[in-house]
Amino acid sequence: MDSDDVQRAVWRMAHEIIEANQGIDEVLLIGLQTGGVAMASALAGALNSIAGVEVPVGSIDVAFYRDDIGLRPVLPEAVTDIPWSLDGRTVVLCDDVLFTGRTIRAALNALSDYGRPRAVRLAVMIDRGHRELPIRPDYVGKNLPTRRDEVVDVHVDGVDLGEMIR
Amino acid sequence: MSGSSDPVRHLLDIPDLGGAAGIEDVMRLTDSFVEVSERSIPRVPALRGKTVAWLFYEDSTRTRLSFETAAKRLSADTMNFSVSSSSVKKGESLLDTAKTIEAMGIDAIVVRHASAGAPHRIAGWVDAAVINAGDGWHAHPTQALLDCYTIRQNRGDLRGQHIAIVGDIKHSRVARSDVLAFTAMGAEVTLVAPPTLLPPSLEGWPVKVSHDLDQVLPTVDVVYLLRMQRERMSEALLPSLREYTATFGLTNRRVERLRDDALVMHPGPMNRGVEIAAEVADLPRSVILDQVRNGVAVRMAVLYLLLGSGTGLVPPPSTVPPTEEDPARA
Amino acid sequence: MPETASIVIKGGRIVDATGERTADVVVVDGRIAAVGTDLDADRTLDAEGCLVAPGLVDIHTHLREPGKEEAETVETGARGAALGGYTAILAMPNTTPAIDSAGVVQQVLELGRSAPCDVFTSGAITVGRAGEQLAPMAEMAALGVRLFTDDGAGVQSNAMMRRAMEYATGLGVTLAQHCEDDALCGGGHMHEGEWSARLGIPGQPAEAEELMVMRDLALARLTGCRVHFQHLSTARSVAMIRDAIAAGLPVTAEATTHHFTLTHAECASYDPLYKVNPPLRTADDVAAVKAGLADGAIGIIATDHAPHTAETKELPFDQAPPGMLGLETALALALTELDLPVQQIIGALSWNPAQVIGIGDTHGLPIAEGNPANLCIIDPEATWTVDGRAMASRSHNTPYQGRELKGRVRHTLLHGEPVVISGEAQR
Repeated sequence: MDSDDVQRAVWRMAHEIIEANQGIDEVLLIGLQTGGVAMASALAGALNSIAGVEVPVGSIDVAFYRDDIGLRPVLPEAVTDIPWSLDGRTVVLCDDVLFTGRTIRAALNALSDYGRPRAVRLAVMIDRGHRELPIRPDYVGKNLPTRRDEVVDVHVDGVDLGEMIR
Repeated sequence: MSGSSDPVRHLLDIPDLGGAAGIEDVMRLTDSFVEVSERSIPRVPALRGKTVAWLFYEDSTRTRLSFETAAKRLSADTMNFSVSSSSVKKGESLLDTAKTIEAMGIDAIVVRHASAGAPHRIAGWVDAAVINAGDGWHAHPTQALLDCYTIRQNRGDLRGQHIAIVGDIKHSRVARSDVLAFTAMGAEVTLVAPPTLLPPSLEGWPVKVSHDLDQVLPTVDVVYLLRMQRERMSEALLPSLREYTATFGLTNRRVERLRDDALVMHPGPMNRGVEIAAEVADLPRSVILDQVRNGVAVRMAVLYLLLGSGTGLVPPPSTVPPTEEDPARA
Repeated sequence: MPETASIVIKGGRIVDATGERTADVVVVDGRIAAVGTDLDADRTLDAEGCLVAPGLVDIHTHLREPGKEEAETVETGARGAALGGYTAILAMPNTTPAIDSAGVVQQVLELGRSAPCDVFTSGAITVGRAGEQLAPMAEMAALGVRLFTDDGAGVQSNAMMRRAMEYATGLGVTLAQHCEDDALCGGGHMHEGEWSARLGIPGQPAEAEELMVMRDLALARLTGCRVHFQHLSTARSVAMIRDAIAAGLPVTAEATTHHFTLTHAECASYDPLYKVNPPLRTADDVAAVKAGLADGAIGIIATDHAPHTAETKELPFDQAPPGMLGLETALALALTELDLPVQQIIGALSWNPAQVIGIGDTHGLPIAEGNPANLCIIDPEATWTVDGRAMASRSHNTPYQGRELKGRVRHTLLHGEPVVISGEAQR
């Protein structure tokens, strides 16, 4: 994917979000630290252009909710920033790459400590498969079949697929 | 977040964190826990399944409550070995106690002891992480960390800040750890006390010394007052509390000498009317309650750093690729 | 072994107060029967490459019996002494009860009679070592006690010490002082200075020792009493003693092995193994103690052997009792750490202390025909690693655990009986 592809995918997902929610007044975007934060901003920009609404964008760091604490180094990348109540809102979790689903599981648990959203949706730029939990994205930029040992790198200029660095 | 080079196994004193970088790691981690503490459900599952034991040979409701709150907000289990002064006789072997606790499968032991070095000895005998919650006159590292955090919170940075620590330095574990932490973070420290309340030697301490609080006050960004204990009078270290207050107390009149933005700090519990005038403790510049509040988050950070962060595991965090779901880290 | 069997110590180099020479030594019936070349006897003890010296004499041993037999007994202490090359040790009076009466003196001497080392005892200066009433010194002197001390504490009262000295002159005995002003120590647990300040451990200033040294020198001048200064630890103490000797005062002094090998920096581990009284001091003090040993201001190396059980050393630093083992490491530490002629080192460990405690007629004598065969045979080149667990002492509180030392006792002969052969205790 090059940067145009990424941009097109963002717009398409923005349209899907508006369509699925019949408007975006109750929608909040929350990006997962770190890769999902830029994506949440990009989606917010697209939603604003399309619907003329400033969608609130937060970020969440799920380090303290991970299930591999103690198995490998787990430290937060940034402070979680969710300055509004989630009660009754529709939260769209945003991340760059969906892989095993464990990070999303952690994010769902974390969200529940901030309130009780009406619904939580998941938007990812790349779904690379290899799920280890029953988690399914609602909005996908691109399905990208990979080997387990490949690395998916999402950045503003597009998406790269490389060998895992050992 | 970059980890310091050596894994932190115990927190016995500030140098265990490996200098400014290590202290900064704790500060950043504390930022996250301050956010957690402000939520409606101020609890994370980070230390589920871990057990933290309190081994308090010295009564301290405040420090224990602070640690206990921290552990609970991390979902750790806690176990109380808090030994009332009556049940623990002088002469009980530290080794026996430590081994007994460890045999129960404890992950961390938080120790407070009236004897300097007791936590060091315990750390040498057990595999569990040992956190010093105050030992004799020696060290109180979590207090120093929360003090650093409070100054950073109010000032953005400790670098270049001029901090006066006033009072009974000689007998103060808080002062010892604060000096190490503040100076490691680039602050300038002046100890203000009568010579009888200074340590017998300040060789190797990167501090200035003054016996004149009035002269120092206009130059400082932070004035840190220590608790003045009554028993010091009977040891002939001071003629009277009244004289101490007159010369080293932060009185209503003396506080006027501070710059407008200077902070007033105190580790608590305060002797209002002795080292600090009652009204001074309640001024907006007094951040004493911030210190207490930050204490919980800092202790969460310390517990998480030792028990959850995995910084002791290979590879160290700085060499790990940043992608959250990179299988190389799984 | 039957008493009548003769023993030859072969191939060693004799070191005694008269000098050094290579010769074989034959021992019969507890005495030296012959010194010469190519001697033979019923039994041979190999001394090739070794020094053959008068048995060592420790002027400062804590045997803990009666009262703390779980830490040491006269028997185990004496065995450790024999392994360390000692043929005589002087028990300190801070037992429970204190050695402050003829009865306790007799008890200790009795316990020592079967020990593999001659056990002598000091007596307390004051009753219960409490500093308030003179102990019956004449009664104890009649049983052979020649040195009195309240060791473990100094006699605090100036007036009491003056009276004790005056009284002692009438008995011809020596008073020994543990110099420490209690009030000035103020409950300190280590040397007051850079390290105590950093570690937050209450300290005791060097002046707490020096003030009492100064006082007792003044009182020695006043009374003419022979005064022995125990375990000097500060540079200024050493200087005062040097001046006093030069001025002709009847004083002697000892240094312990730990005060010339360890500094207060060791306390940074918070391990009470390094807690001792007087405390470990600065590197300058260590250098001054060594200089004092070199120029003779300090004529005696003592152990201050102070066994403590593991449990007591597992207490926090400020609660643990002070003291460390010394009998089995003193000689090797002196040989390893002191850059002095070997004769001077042996003198400080043997004939000098024998004189001070009045046993110069049986111990520390030159190795010559007719003298009692109290001997130690030392391999000065043997290296070994200190291990508290392997020691004969009932306690293991050596601060030198794991340290490699040079110089080891090969054989010890007590009144002609080989109580240590090839580094092994025989009983």
